Amino acid sequence: MTKADLVEIAFEKVGCSKKDVSGVVDRVFETIKTNLEKGGKVKVSGFGNFVVRSKKARRGRNPQTGEEITIEKRRVMTFKPSQLLKDFVNSGSK
Amino acid sequence: MTRSELVEEVASKASNFTKKDVELIVSTLFESIAESLKKGEKIEIRGFGSFKVKKRNARSGRNPKSGEGIRVEAKRVPFFKAGKELKERVNIPE
Repeated sequence: MTKADLVEIAFEKVGCSKKDVSGVVDRVFETIKTNLEKGGKVKVSGFGNFVVRSKKARRGRNPQTGEEITIEKRRVMTFKPSQLLKDFVNSGSK
Repeated sequence: MTRSELVEEVASKASNFTKKDVELIVSTLFESIAESLKKGEKIEIRGFGSFKVKKRNARSGRNPKSGEGIRVEAKRVPFFKAGKELKERVNIPE
């Protein structure tokens, strides 16, 4: 499934112009990105939380050459699925 | 930022839509992603990231309180991988 499919499904629900719906969908993801960029947390109830975490610098090793390198401190983002989503994904698939 | 704040912000910039419409689009979006995950599909949103389901095998665990051995059933876990753009935008030095 791609963004185009998501736009299609949303368009069927809301009606009006597909271009406008597409704009809103883009804006939703853009808003989430901007918020995370600022170091914020985005909580989508019933779905999950998008959180930015800071990682300290650490020593690593290039697995191919065995050479030691320093992995700089950085910020990464993680997604923590809500209990609801976890249950939903597992439901009725036995 | 919560789901309602996300709706609020997107609605304030989308003049063609009422807040109710935006609310509907946002819920449809996350519901469709959840439905798709349940089917075991992968959802790819360019510039944002991709969602997929990872399988976890059954394993034997232990109840940490009673020490009793139990079997943890195989399950499926929702997983998000940040896209290149999101990764780069989040990783800004503090």
